[in-house]
Amino acid sequence: MTGTPPGTADVAIIGAGVVGAAIARTLARYDLRIVVVDGANDVGTGTTKANTAILHTGFDAVPGSLESRLLRRGSSLLHDYAARAGIPVERTGALLVAWTSEQRQALPGIEEKARQNGYTRVGPVSAAGLYQREPHLGPGALAALEIPDESIVCPWTTPLAYATEAIRAGVRFQLNSLVTAVHGEAGWHTLTTTGGTVRSRWLINAAGLGADRIDAMLDGGGRFTVRPRRGELIVFDKMARPLLGSILLPVPAARTKGVLVAPTVYGNLLLGPTAQDVEDRADTGTTAAGLAALLDAGQSILPDLAGEQVTATYAGLRAATEHGDYQIRVEPALRYACVGGIRSTGLSASLGIAEYVTDQLAGAGLALAERGGTDPGPPVMPYLGEAGTRPYQDARRIAADPGYGRIVCHCERVTYGEIRDALASTLPPADTGGLRRRTRAMNGRCQGFYCAATVSSLMAAARPADGAA
Amino acid sequence: MNVDVLIAGAGPAGLAAAIELRRLGVGRVLVVDREAEPGGVPRHSAHTGYGLRDLRRVMTGPGYARHYARAAAAAGAQIRAGTTVTGWLAPRLATLTSAAGVETVTAAAVLLATGCRERPRAARLVPGDRPPGVMTTGELQQRVYLLGERLPGRALVVGAEHVSFSAMVTLAHAGADVVALVTDQSRQQSYAAFALAAAARWRVPVWTSTAVRRVAGRGRLDGAELADLRTGQTRFVPCDTLVFTGDWIPDHELARLAGTGIDPGTRGPAVDTTAETSVPYVFAAGNLVHAAETADIAALGGRHAARHIAAALRGGRPPRAPLLPVTVTAPLSWISPNAITVPGPPPARGRFLLRSEAFRRLARLEVRQDGRVLATARARLVPGRPVHLGAGWMARATPSAGPVCVVLR
Repeated sequence: MTGTPPGTADVAIIGAGVVGAAIARTLARYDLRIVVVDGANDVGTGTTKANTAILHTGFDAVPGSLESRLLRRGSSLLHDYAARAGIPVERTGALLVAWTSEQRQALPGIEEKARQNGYTRVGPVSAAGLYQREPHLGPGALAALEIPDESIVCPWTTPLAYATEAIRAGVRFQLNSLVTAVHGEAGWHTLTTTGGTVRSRWLINAAGLGADRIDAMLDGGGRFTVRPRRGELIVFDKMARPLLGSILLPVPAARTKGVLVAPTVYGNLLLGPTAQDVEDRADTGTTAAGLAALLDAGQSILPDLAGEQVTATYAGLRAATEHGDYQIRVEPALRYACVGGIRSTGLSASLGIAEYVTDQLAGAGLALAERGGTDPGPPVMPYLGEAGTRPYQDARRIAADPGYGRIVCHCERVTYGEIRDALASTLPPADTGGLRRRTRAMNGRCQGFYCAATVSSLMAAARPADGAA
Repeated sequence: MNVDVLIAGAGPAGLAAAIELRRLGVGRVLVVDREAEPGGVPRHSAHTGYGLRDLRRVMTGPGYARHYARAAAAAGAQIRAGTTVTGWLAPRLATLTSAAGVETVTAAAVLLATGCRERPRAARLVPGDRPPGVMTTGELQQRVYLLGERLPGRALVVGAEHVSFSAMVTLAHAGADVVALVTDQSRQQSYAAFALAAAARWRVPVWTSTAVRRVAGRGRLDGAELADLRTGQTRFVPCDTLVFTGDWIPDHELARLAGTGIDPGTRGPAVDTTAETSVPYVFAAGNLVHAAETADIAALGGRHAARHIAAALRGGRPPRAPLLPVTVTAPLSWISPNAITVPGPPPARGRFLLRSEAFRRLARLEVRQDGRVLATARARLVPGRPVHLGAGWMARATPSAGPVCVVLR
């Protein structure tokens, strides 16, 4: 768009989570000056990073809801994008396991719901078939539904890939900038942030857990209230991975999908989440009661888990609201889009949400002129999954660059070359947490016993360059 | 590449085994270690007291590590640091990764000497926030002794065994003000002299019957919530560094990948008194099979394993007798080695090593098989400290009478 004064943007996106980054990446192909503002020091540090890392089909969404539609679309787009960008995805399939006769009676209804959601590849599995497929499953399972396209995905690489693509197309990420006020006058939104003022013509609110507060700054709010729901999760050691082939889903209860056990693309098993409504929007602490409840549930689902070590525990907050559906609306008069209430399905739906919001903005008058030149397509991200070849396994790559043969993090087999690359990447990590999400370094069973000191020194050595960037 | 013996781990056990194998005339001995330098954990343990039982002298950790690395090289073993055994294509066919590339090694025998690590906070399921500043002794020592980091501010040490006092010294060296050592046991578990010296020199108290209930701090560590296990009362103790010490677990992943049976007590590969695992010609020694003993005990275990590996490689070995498991019951937590053959040779140093989870001043151990008492022994039990049991009873075990169990009477 022409005529935007220096230091201002055509579009400001509040929130650098997976949804904000996806919108930035989708809008980046148009001739717009875009800035993404976030209070954190990295992309994807909120709900995005602390979830169950499942790429949902949306089979169990509310039929006819916006969430159902965008999940289906987003899931399909992300499968395609992930393959091109090197985002680890494994189509493990899921088994929705009934443990009581009541749950078993619910299965046909869930199957019907899946069909209403446009997902037809769902089918019943007998108890015998279930134990044949998952021989480590605890006793007492009565029947299951199979959802063969439920997949696992890397929740860290996904927003990083979107952001990397966006930055390379000219989008500016203004991190460490928590929005404290929004004022509108004379056709401009003025955002007061802890990292300086941002002015833009259009504003997109993808603030996740803070979306209702931003909404209130725009037009008084009151349309929805974020009610953070904390989910605690336990990550088991990679030695536990052979215990499970598919994602094991519980039959949904009223509030959540319940406790599931799922493989991760890093080769671990994940158990969770709990569901507890909390007041504090930053309370991502785990609790003794939550962890105990998970271990208890895990032991009946997969008894052999009890003999395996826990690698990590964490908690995430889902941006639940009082409504059952996404809270997405565009207000042409305010040149404003609210993308709130994305709950726990934002990762799977992100590209569908971005596409939908883009269409809505176009309808509301945002001028979307395609940029000239060829679309470079998605960036190729460092591959963090276990299903493909990692650098330490790649003889040709090590021959070309011995740094990929120097394993620094032994538990996760992360090489010096990968850490070096991450520190020099388009969007380098701001702290060791960021490095963990880009490389897996220090995420393993020893949690830094062997490598934390070395990794920290590599980070420290890269810092000066960081500061200059 | 083909070798006679592939040793995974160039710590005290692996290097001592390499030296002994070469002394016994074994030709090609390859020791690989994933760290950048050989020597193992003693490399970053600056205190003295190393080498007592194996070398009959007293050295610092780094000096001890250097000694073994040089001696193994001088003995003709090939030592390759910065080299990881990434897996097995067959029981004794290993895949390696190093800066030199990806390669495979076929070995007539394998010795697993991958050591142990401390269980970190996550594995101990300590809830709360996840700020930086929470670490294990291993990480602490590397930060302080290998990288020269300073750690000003208040520090809390979780644990009160030998390694906990070692962490306290390291913290003091790094400029931290150590508030206390915290243990859920009713007493500290190190030698009284250590604890007295700590109290006198650094004025650091040991808070017994106290557990860490929660870690608090967003972005940076604020402190820990501690609970008094006698009264149930909790209190918040501010600190800038929180070190989880001890609670050792073998680095058993390579062993599991090799298909060895795992002992439920030690959580390392189950081994007989020759240090052989359930997989023929795959041996295991050091803190992989007894996490954690001092370095000299690990080295002597490696030397012992080497003798049996050399004997096995000489050929003409008769078919292996069936393994009889040796188990323990609570409050004993493990015994190593944890299998015997009848007849069979004595274990390293002629004794079995045990651990207890409870204090007992005058415990009476009983070795039983199928209801029959094979031996009794007196022992003092302190959690985290070694308990020794002689091997004379092995001759009285019956091959067909099932597992042997060591119980507390």
